[in-house]
Amino acid sequence: MSSIQLSAYQIAQKVRAGELSPLEVLDEHLKQIAAVDGLPGSLSPKPLDPGEEAKVHAFIEVSADLARKQAEQVQARLERGEDPGPLAGVPVSVKGIFCVKGTTTTAASRILHNFRPPYSATTVERLEKAGALIIGKTNLDEFTYGSSSESSAFQPHPNNPWNTERVTGGSSGGSAASVAAREAPLSLGTDTGGSIRQPAAFCGVVGLKPTYGRTSRYGLIAFGSSLDCPGPLARDVRDAALMLQVLAGADPKDSTSALAPVQDYLAALQEGVKGLRIGLSRDYDHITYPDTLTGEMSVQAIQPEMNSAVRAAAEVLAGLGAEIVEDVPMPNARHGIPAYFVISRVEAASNLHRFDGVKYGYRTNKTVPGLSELYRATRAEGFGLQPKLRILMGMYVSAAQHSAQYYQKALRVRSMIRSDFTQAFDPRGTYRLDALLTPTTPTTAFLRGEVMGDSVLMQYSDQMTVAGNHAGIPAVSIPAGLDPLGLPIGVQFFGMDFREDLILRAAYAFEQATQNAEWRGVLPQVLRGSEVKA
Amino acid sequence: MKNYEIVIGLETHIQLNTASKIFCSCKADSWGADPNTNICPVCSGLPGVLPVLNAEAVQKGALLAAAMHAEINPTSYFDRKNYFYPDLPKGYQITQFDEPIGKGGYMDLHMPDGSQRRVRIHKLHLEEDAGKTKIEHGERLVDFNRCGVPLVEMVTEPDLRSADEAAQYLTQLRQLLRWIGVSEADMERGHLRCDANVSIREVGSTLLNTKTEIKNVNSIDAVRLAIIEEAKRQIEAVEAGERIQSYTLDWDADSGTLRKMRSKETEADYRYFREPDLLPVVLSPEEVARVQSSLPELPLARRARFIQDYQLSAYDADILTSERGLSDYYEESVRLCAGSAKVVSNWMMNDLIRLMNDTGKSAAELRLRPADLAEIIQLVEGGKINPSTGKSLLARVEAGAGKASQIVADEGLGLIADEDALSQQIASVLAESAAEVESFRAGKESLLGWFVGQVMRRTGGKADPKRTRELLLELLKQ
Repeated sequence: MSSIQLSAYQIAQKVRAGELSPLEVLDEHLKQIAAVDGLPGSLSPKPLDPGEEAKVHAFIEVSADLARKQAEQVQARLERGEDPGPLAGVPVSVKGIFCVKGTTTTAASRILHNFRPPYSATTVERLEKAGALIIGKTNLDEFTYGSSSESSAFQPHPNNPWNTERVTGGSSGGSAASVAAREAPLSLGTDTGGSIRQPAAFCGVVGLKPTYGRTSRYGLIAFGSSLDCPGPLARDVRDAALMLQVLAGADPKDSTSALAPVQDYLAALQEGVKGLRIGLSRDYDHITYPDTLTGEMSVQAIQPEMNSAVRAAAEVLAGLGAEIVEDVPMPNARHGIPAYFVISRVEAASNLHRFDGVKYGYRTNKTVPGLSELYRATRAEGFGLQPKLRILMGMYVSAAQHSAQYYQKALRVRSMIRSDFTQAFDPRGTYRLDALLTPTTPTTAFLRGEVMGDSVLMQYSDQMTVAGNHAGIPAVSIPAGLDPLGLPIGVQFFGMDFREDLILRAAYAFEQATQNAEWRGVLPQVLRGSEVKA
Repeated sequence: MKNYEIVIGLETHIQLNTASKIFCSCKADSWGADPNTNICPVCSGLPGVLPVLNAEAVQKGALLAAAMHAEINPTSYFDRKNYFYPDLPKGYQITQFDEPIGKGGYMDLHMPDGSQRRVRIHKLHLEEDAGKTKIEHGERLVDFNRCGVPLVEMVTEPDLRSADEAAQYLTQLRQLLRWIGVSEADMERGHLRCDANVSIREVGSTLLNTKTEIKNVNSIDAVRLAIIEEAKRQIEAVEAGERIQSYTLDWDADSGTLRKMRSKETEADYRYFREPDLLPVVLSPEEVARVQSSLPELPLARRARFIQDYQLSAYDADILTSERGLSDYYEESVRLCAGSAKVVSNWMMNDLIRLMNDTGKSAAELRLRPADLAEIIQLVEGGKINPSTGKSLLARVEAGAGKASQIVADEGLGLIADEDALSQQIASVLAESAAEVESFRAGKESLLGWFVGQVMRRTGGKADPKRTRELLLELLKQ
């Protein structure tokens, strides 16, 4: 049996026990990439034949040589009788927004097409130290700015392994697709407004956004610095817990990383949900969406299967002894996207200032008369549409004459969103929740090209997730069924600060209780007909 | 011509003398280093890196705030100041905007003519320095070594009224910075940089007229000269009926002239917002108290105390408090000399400062410690050696010849302590000078000095001049 059938937990166990060679694990995953991934993302893509259209295209760069060196080191540690670490021999794909020494780190943008960082992100270093094999850099929306991964400057963009005519979600789309297509059992993603959880939901995998500060941002090319959060994507909850264990903890290189002690997440899984109070909120069974002409907000229904999946999950958990708390008010949830539009754009515009063609990355080939022309031409040619839109918006709302009206107001909204959660989780409050259960997304994966080009609509696919980033709290999305088109549905648990253990417990209990559910027997499209079993 | 006064505000950038830069572990000081050799991913703004605040920079910033009588902000924040320039690798400067480390504050100027003026501080905040750019052979070159060097930006209110006051402010500031040990304050090395905002108005007016900003003045003399030049230009322009425009001016030290750099009619929008990569800087009441109590006695207070306690002249007190190490040296020497403050002051003003100049050392660097000075002074005062021996001992102890009393003993430099021996020598002198003794006794008392000289010659300078004089008189008048 190929190791692509195994979970990360199983691979690591077998490698540590000497039952499985890390090099063999690597080769089997490289073989799977060769079989399903197709052409890597490129700045000058060739026209795709129908066969390529049906590939996953999760990667911009497969780092086989780097991974092989790491596999050899794991092997050498084993031979010396040392413990090669909790992720020994486990291939991990890394979103192309993380700096990894020895790889090109593009952020899926032309402006960084040739950037090779002289350092690795702290999260990547921790994975390497734990024995993981960094198998490649996955594709994403340019600078993570999107929810479909279509806006990458490196085309073809990733396709959804469940239906390659559909998007993976984003921005960690390549990461989610690589895990769903068994190209890697784990992937390192980032979540600024939902960029781990939404693609995880679309691709039928587990995606966890930790508490802000639980995982280091050092070496992650920043989008919204006060919102960005690295976290794991995995095929099951235990693997997500295993990877979080490796990633979590204070980092002296990141002042915003938290000193709070790290729990034993794997041990927590075994504690079940008996007695946990799990909330449901009517503020999460629809979205509030602005009319593009009048700007007026109107309530929009979400795909009905989303709400029924939440309901069904609540019943499963109730059956396991959890207390379901109905009608938890989340009155500020509807302000999440407008506030996010402002805050994330202000930080993004500033974070993009450093890409000016002076020091590294792309520089215009035009002969320019002066400095400002150099900046202008480099940035005009180097940035795609999304960075440009976000710079314009970010500059506008943080300008001295607008800042109070937009930016300062958005910051106040943000604290109101946080207070919704603070009240819901307050151990002396009315609701005393341990977790809040919601849909992860308003819809299942949409068609390629369907939403692309409408930045506002695209952004609204994050309405269910973004509150977690505003509030800084942890949240995990897990597969909870398939819609009538056979597309994965995700549900999400929000938790309180630094209590990833509680939401992982709920997620794991649901996952274990539904092992025999019919939908779990269905494979993603790209795996059907292969030897892979569900 | 009407009667004008100059209105000046100074904006200073003070380089803190921390070991490392403000947000990374590169050395803070790159003096003499080749371009781009003291940089790392953090201070050169590579993608994905994050700043980590240097606690020493916060401590020194807070200490300076305390020394300026400013309130130390218990919670201050860092903000991003966004603009594009090649020497700013992140495209934003991390600085403090609306909640800086220090709030308010002032400095009292003591002008040499005895007048005083209080200069209020408008702004005192921490920030990172930018790099340097230059154009060479038509190419723009960038050096990031200076990126991330910790600075305090300190801006005065427009409270200064003359070029001399501006120069005095900088002199006192430089003294203070060195005194409290937060900066080397070497203007030539850019540790202390100054921009001057200058406007003029009729005496008696309280209006603030359009100002110009003079940049690139890197010595106190240059600041003084540039302000004089600019005020003259403004007065002439106003007298000619022109309107003063808000320029930025560049001071050319070689020609002593001002050059217009750019018009500053519109304010740039830096789109300040809180730096999300750093936490608020929180100083607990205990930490604030610790900073306050670590503040040494400041130069002006010490100067006043020296005048009061040691009865020094204002001039001597000025000199002896010009530098903290020198004033500590003085006090320690006075203590060891058991209080002969004026005598110690004379020794220091005349001889020790000369020794410092000759050796190029500061008081703290001298090998001759206050205990050595005190010993020498006491040897002289106690009549054990004569003053010229004492003075020569200063240089010898400094050169490493050992303890003063040991040198005196080893080389027999002490005065003749035995009264009989001295009397014998004097008797011999009188016996050999019968004619002079005759003249003296006949009333030519001015010969006393001549007799003392003879005794000194005979004893090789080891006679105590005071005692010699007394004994001579005794013998001559018999």
